[in-house]
Amino acid sequence: MSVGGSDQFRASFFEECEELLEAMHDGFGLMIDGNDDDETIHVVFRAVHSIKGGAGAFGLDGLVAFAHHFETALDQVRAGKISTSDDVLSLFQHCGDHLSDLVVSARDDKDADPAQTKALGAQLDDVIGTPTEAESALSDAAVSFEPLALDFMDLAPAEMVPDTVAKKSGFLLDFTAEPELFTCGNEPALLFKALDRFGQGRISVNVDEVPGLARLDPMMSYLQWSIDLETDVSEDIIRDVFDFVSDCAIITISTRDASGLSPIGEDGPTVENPAPVEASAVLPPLENEPTDVAPEVLPEPAEATPEEKTTAKPATAPVSKAAPPPQTIRVDFERVDKLINLVGELVIKEAMLSQAVSKHDLTSGDEVLQEIEGLKQLAGEIQEGVMAIRAQPVKPLFQRMARTIRDASATTGKRVRLIMKGEAAEVDKTVLERLVDPLNHMVRNAVDHGLESKEDRLAAGKPAEGTVTLSAAHRSGRVVIEISDDGGGINREKVREIGEERGLVTPGAALTASEIDALLFMPGFSMKDEVSELSGRGVGLDVVRSEISALGGRMSISSEMGKGTVFSISLPLTLAVLEGMVVDVAGQTMVIPITAIQETLQPSSAQIHTIGSGSRVLSVRDSLVPVADLGAIFGFRDTPDDLDDHTLLVIETETERRCALIVDSLQDQRQVVIKSLETNYNRVDGIAAATILGDGRIALIVDPEGIAGGIAPPQSSLMTPPRLDALEGASNVAK
Amino acid sequence: MSLSVLAIDDSRTMRNLLSAALGRVGYEVDLAEDGNEGLERFANSDPDVVITDINMPNLDGFGFIEAARKLTRDRLVPILVLTTESAPELRARARSAGATGWIVKPFDDEKLVWAIERVANTEGKA
Repeated sequence: MSVGGSDQFRASFFEECEELLEAMHDGFGLMIDGNDDDETIHVVFRAVHSIKGGAGAFGLDGLVAFAHHFETALDQVRAGKISTSDDVLSLFQHCGDHLSDLVVSARDDKDADPAQTKALGAQLDDVIGTPTEAESALSDAAVSFEPLALDFMDLAPAEMVPDTVAKKSGFLLDFTAEPELFTCGNEPALLFKALDRFGQGRISVNVDEVPGLARLDPMMSYLQWSIDLETDVSEDIIRDVFDFVSDCAIITISTRDASGLSPIGEDGPTVENPAPVEASAVLPPLENEPTDVAPEVLPEPAEATPEEKTTAKPATAPVSKAAPPPQTIRVDFERVDKLINLVGELVIKEAMLSQAVSKHDLTSGDEVLQEIEGLKQLAGEIQEGVMAIRAQPVKPLFQRMARTIRDASATTGKRVRLIMKGEAAEVDKTVLERLVDPLNHMVRNAVDHGLESKEDRLAAGKPAEGTVTLSAAHRSGRVVIEISDDGGGINREKVREIGEERGLVTPGAALTASEIDALLFMPGFSMKDEVSELSGRGVGLDVVRSEISALGGRMSISSEMGKGTVFSISLPLTLAVLEGMVVDVAGQTMVIPITAIQETLQPSSAQIHTIGSGSRVLSVRDSLVPVADLGAIFGFRDTPDDLDDHTLLVIETETERRCALIVDSLQDQRQVVIKSLETNYNRVDGIAAATILGDGRIALIVDPEGIAGGIAPPQSSLMTPPRLDALEGASNVAK
Repeated sequence: MSLSVLAIDDSRTMRNLLSAALGRVGYEVDLAEDGNEGLERFANSDPDVVITDINMPNLDGFGFIEAARKLTRDRLVPILVLTTESAPELRARARSAGATGWIVKPFDDEKLVWAIERVANTEGKA
């Protein structure tokens, strides 16, 4: 296909596919909930149909074939020939999933799963009921996607073909138009002119049938044309010229011998290479300005008011119930990224300006200060606005999870219903992309471990079908995503048992329910004795948690025996800014993410115990946490002996490790623009990223997980005495 | 004056492809996303040729053609139907609504121009 070559169109096609697939899945969701109407099935049908049409343009035959098959079944539903039972809808959803796969494999130039295509195709045939019909539809598709048998080398206009061939064979055509030919907008002259492409023609018109004016019916056609065409193309190509009018004209084509003998009657005027004539030249004018007396050629709708004519909305046009979607434009992601970086610079510049001005001892209320304050607000608003550009609803992410759940349901044989809430909540695109794997794992977990088997559910007096709920909501500048199931809840006895077996917890230790739940996140913990095909894969919740943590998120679990489990993930809305505590340490400025800070203490009032080799531990909330000097960790200085002039920050990481960090003073709490250290320099242990301060200096952003990992053992094993060697290793972190 | 074409299709991909293919051969292109919008454009921009898809939200291709044919004009504007099926009944339905001809998807520049040449006077136009 000549149009298929453009990468830009191709990319845009795959973008459109994503939207169409989303609309399709939405439609199935509505149909399953039973609150669908005719328009829903139309939307689904059109989505699949449009994917097929686009795929055809790019020569993606596998995608075309399956989409066509699927569309055939949907068309039957549209026509009311198939009712949408649960089984049929379930099959459609699987087909929709497979269509998504085919789109992805087409996009990435990979091979799709032919066995799946075949299996689903067979099931579709069962639903359609008459495989023959489906087959014929498929062969139809094959036919309609064959390029037209035209050799376009032959399509050069006649005058470009050197007229050296003295004697050509050709055809004699007789052409009689029926009235419909004109009422559907065809024009014989144009068709005859099209013959020019293929050779030299002589045309004559027979006017014998034209009656006198008194009997002339303007709606009738009384003319017959005869064409003598010299050409060397095949009859099929000539027939193709008249393809549009084959049903409203009588056309006979006979072979003309090379002698050029023309049996055309001599009674008609002959025109060489006719210029197109308007039909009105041989017919009475089709239409004048409509007046009350002129015969109307085109039937007007009865009683049409002038208004109706201008808007021309047929009364039968279905009114879509949904509000029109807001106007959108498509913007390259890189452009937005650039904007985000520039806005970051702007915010930093504004801070620098404030700082430079503050050296001039201006009185408060000074005009410059006021204007700078205004600038600061404006910069902040621009930043929010730009962030909003990258924000996208979580809905597509949830829809992917719906698919995971369907797959998991099929694998485990458990019947699962998915409920989505708050799917319109928006999160930064990059955050969304990085949530796919963790969420996938968690919804699989919910089906695999969370929900009980059908028998157990029935025995517990629950409906056989389990429910998994995905919800998203904005809370105080963060987004909270919850994955909950109505399964059996966490069996804490069992969890504890496994924890003790794996040496994650001291036997007989007094653990609270939440401490037991936290064991699920420990590396090496697996709830199933046998690694199941679903959740296993050597990945545990610990990996999920560190992924979430890398996004600046936190996870928590709540569970009730017999009622179910809720996994909750709280995430920042963006990865571009971070709420941090700016601290001074050994003359350096550093930033500690607010999410990690539990409390700040003055050492004078804190209970600090020195143990062994001079390491300190802090007694806080009935447990001991190691104390480490942030300056010493990064090699800025040796740990100070006297802590009185310092401040302690108690941090807790996602993996429940806690420690107290010594810093010199707290500057303030503010949002900082994140700059990647890895991109601009390279990775440093214990440092997550960097930011630029108002005075232009770079401040490093501390990675709590990295720091605590070096000095604090996991919380759950704090039932045993702290490992002193771990504390002494603290100063090695930065090396 | 180049030939002006109104192309109506709910698929962004198709609109892109049509617009590019028609633009390449020097036609002037106006686009609409469904039958209703198509009627609006049709009434305002007076195109030489219309190309319309069949399956569209709000007002489908058949509905568009029927409504367009009821609009008063000094001439019958040729309307070509974009179709993935070569099914005769689909053609018959398009014809009874008043379609002039059809373009089978997938199309290329040649096919598109060939179809347009047989229904519109491209003489002296690009």
